[in-house]
Amino acid sequence: MFPTPIAKTGPLTRRFYMISLPVALILWLLPLIAVLLTSVRSAGDINAGNYWGWPTQWNLVENYTAIFTSSPIGQYLFNSFKITVPTVIASVGLSCLAGFALGTYRFKANLFVFFVFIAGNFVPFQILMVPVRDLTLKLGLYDTVTGLVLFHTAFQTGFCTLFMRNFIKALPFELIEAARVDGASEFVIFRRIVLPLMRPAIAALAVLIFTFVWNDYFWAQVLVQGDSAMPVTGGLKSLNGLYVASWHLVSAGSIVAALPPVAMFFLMQKHFIAGLTLGATKG
Amino acid sequence: MQNSARPRVGFWERHQKRIAPWLFLAPAMIMFLVYVIFPIFQSIDISFYEWDGLSPKTWVGFGNYVELMGDEAFYTSLKNNVIWLVLYMLAVPVGLGIALYLNQSVFGIRLVKSLFFFPFVISQVVVGLVFSWFYDPSYGLLAKLLGVFGLPGIPVLADEHYVTYGIIAAGLWPQIAYCMILFLTGLNNVNPEQVEAGRIDGATGWTMLRHIILPQLRPATFLAIVVTVIGALRSFDMISIMTQGGPFGSSRVLAYYMFEQALSEYGYRMGYGSAIATVLFLIMMVYITIFIVRMFKAERRAR
Amino acid sequence: MHLKTLALSTAAAFAAFLAVSAADASTLTINTDTSDPAPKAAMQYLIDTFKKQNPDVEVKWNIFDHEGYKTSIRNFLTAGAPDICAWYAGNRMEPFVKAGLFADISDVFTDKDAFKAALSSVTFDGKQYAMPYSYYQWGIYYRKDIFAKLGLTAPKTWDELLAVSKKLKENKITPFGIGTKATWTTGGWFDYLDLRTNGYKFHMDLTSGKVPYTDPKVKAVFDKWDELVKPGYFLENHPSYGWQEALATFVKGDSGMFLLGNFFVAPAMEAGLTQDQLGFFPFPEITKGLPRAEDAPTETLHMPTNAPNKADAKKFLALLATPEVQLGMNKILGQLPVNNKAPVPDDPYLKAGFEMLSTADGLAQFYDRDAPAEMAKVGMDGFQEYMVKPDRREQILERLEKARERIYK
Repeated sequence: MFPTPIAKTGPLTRRFYMISLPVALILWLLPLIAVLLTSVRSAGDINAGNYWGWPTQWNLVENYTAIFTSSPIGQYLFNSFKITVPTVIASVGLSCLAGFALGTYRFKANLFVFFVFIAGNFVPFQILMVPVRDLTLKLGLYDTVTGLVLFHTAFQTGFCTLFMRNFIKALPFELIEAARVDGASEFVIFRRIVLPLMRPAIAALAVLIFTFVWNDYFWAQVLVQGDSAMPVTGGLKSLNGLYVASWHLVSAGSIVAALPPVAMFFLMQKHFIAGLTLGATKG
Repeated sequence: MQNSARPRVGFWERHQKRIAPWLFLAPAMIMFLVYVIFPIFQSIDISFYEWDGLSPKTWVGFGNYVELMGDEAFYTSLKNNVIWLVLYMLAVPVGLGIALYLNQSVFGIRLVKSLFFFPFVISQVVVGLVFSWFYDPSYGLLAKLLGVFGLPGIPVLADEHYVTYGIIAAGLWPQIAYCMILFLTGLNNVNPEQVEAGRIDGATGWTMLRHIILPQLRPATFLAIVVTVIGALRSFDMISIMTQGGPFGSSRVLAYYMFEQALSEYGYRMGYGSAIATVLFLIMMVYITIFIVRMFKAERRAR
Repeated sequence: MHLKTLALSTAAAFAAFLAVSAADASTLTINTDTSDPAPKAAMQYLIDTFKKQNPDVEVKWNIFDHEGYKTSIRNFLTAGAPDICAWYAGNRMEPFVKAGLFADISDVFTDKDAFKAALSSVTFDGKQYAMPYSYYQWGIYYRKDIFAKLGLTAPKTWDELLAVSKKLKENKITPFGIGTKATWTTGGWFDYLDLRTNGYKFHMDLTSGKVPYTDPKVKAVFDKWDELVKPGYFLENHPSYGWQEALATFVKGDSGMFLLGNFFVAPAMEAGLTQDQLGFFPFPEITKGLPRAEDAPTETLHMPTNAPNKADAKKFLALLATPEVQLGMNKILGQLPVNNKAPVPDDPYLKAGFEMLSTADGLAQFYDRDAPAEMAKVGMDGFQEYMVKPDRREQILERLEKARERIYK
């Protein structure tokens, strides 16, 4: 283990570490603590400029009730789920297939195709804005959840394929060869041999893509116009316009918007770490 | 698996190894081509036109590019883009530093690690808002801290010299968290035998890090750099929330300037916007090419 | 009120959901950017009134935030247009009219005389493309109590304004509160300095691109502006704040005056000021004897050409045109009804505003509505930069001139 485990160091170092850890954590999360505190402040505190001190009044229930009753945040949240969940499933699914192809077969265009995916990954996505908007309009999917899902799926497929391909490349190739010798069809190899081994990578990617897509706000601005398909990030921006300088409400909304990916991360943490480890270290 | 025993070998059986990869690739490739690759070329095409998105396009050749050459705002954005790309890279070493700091097994460390990762999970809209309050020259925490030393508050987001750095600092926060988690997972997988062997050879601290740990962390570093570059290009969100490119356009980057020209309230110059996007894309191509060449060499070695 | 909104939106969503099965009930879709409390309540009032009269029509109302709306409108006008949408009169409406995206609603104007004040700004080629329902004055709001304490009175001329500013500054009060994070607030200053220095006609010529920004007359405007910027009469760090944040300095008494539209009154009162503390005066005279013109932006609703339910949309606009509804909405908005058959709401600031506007020689919409959007963007960025770095004035004006040559060609 590197660095040296703290248990094996001198008592002074150990004490220093144990003290510095919570201090560092608080400093690191200071902005977040501020949001949390702000989300329970009263309007009076905000107007008095008391953003960083202790709240004079705890408005936890009031503020969080207020955002649900006076804004469509409930619907925004629902939309976010409708956009994020299918995107995660679709992009992870597509990239399992593509990653399998790029990771296990040797064919001429292999590297080229792989590099196209990587290159697409690096593209400043604003360059896609005008054409993608036009395309979505032509498909009649403008201002729909489906329109966003399709775009996100396509765009995230780049990163996912990169990830999956590296993961599959690290799998023992002998397994696949052995199956081929046994006469298994390519699809059976994928389905029975590779896919089960990919579980940790799938879990890891699912969490990552969930956060990426959940937190997207640019494309929501480009492809959606009204509340009916607006995800919570775009909605948050509207809330900010709606509650001008009412930061306690914007903060409460932010916390609500942040909860799902946070919950996702905590629930899937084990897979997340395991998957990332494999994907990142054996690439 | 008994199928192979069949005597007649059909077309599919004979060619399945050749065709199969393309079948597996097809869905992802079609999506990616339609939504990512074609639009890049369409954008380049639009950059040769003058188009407001409503009336018909007019061909202007390189007109938009010629105009860019004389556009002050373009150079400001370009400069800021470079600053972003360079400073955002700090997330990689800082993330590594925090990962090393947290790579211990003391009580509750799992929770601490998760909490350190928190900023990444939160939407940039929120991060942008929080940092705007942090920088508020009269009530913000920064002003309060400076006040302790008897200094006046610095209007970070209203000063053309500080603004870009202020936004980058905000953007680094979640990005460092991201890199940290990548390195933590990498460290988790470092070969303990090699570390022990290093220890026996008397390697400690820096030497150990440089010669034994970092080479093993190469894949994690690679991924960290990839996501950081993508993050730097995402800089749009932060800028749009914290300053809208202001004061007087001094915090714009190309991506934001392009949006402003092509789709914002004050301009519908799709052609000009696409020209900016194309320039940004060409700059990125340099980076992408370097990156791909390096990867290509690595792939060659691996074979 | 909140519960009602919620119930309404839930019902509307549900209705949209059921619309497929129950095709007999018609739906009216409305898109607005009225996300602030007062405009939202006013629109709610309008919709409630409409629903009372047309119980068989389902109303689906989408509220956007201001900035997002300006981008979204392009999208929804071409794809999936609503039946009614909010936008601006004058130059800002022109591109949509030219592109055939706004429908001619001349037949809804049964009494054109009643709309005299705003008719020209909604007319294009002799046809009307917008229903104006509200307008409001711009001017200087000031702290009566602070002025009284320092023995100051509301200035009528430029010299008096400078004297007042000097006195406030000496007493450690910033003369003018302003927040330029959203740069449009600077447009108000430019408008008024130009209207008072050079008059209405010149200002209109300038905003319609007929005069170069390097004209000596424009320089004269900035000479006047210099007299306020250089002594530091504007709130320090104004680019850090939106006007709502800068309002706090005014409420606390750290700044004494504020040039803004009448929408300033409601939040100022909410923040704790009383009518005894909040005063209003028209922007003082600069060039002696020049006929007085004012900024008076007009709020309008439009019917897109692609509206699926034009019949109900016209009913809706006709209702909006009535004096009763205009009065009701403007009472909530704290603004002036455009229909001159409607009485002025009983409010001292509105009465003062109405008095000022009805005697004005000309009414401008506002810099970002009179000038094309692109010019306005470059212009207001330039004004903001100038207010921070007054020394860069020449450079800035040359940049504006370059933009003008390109935009108006």
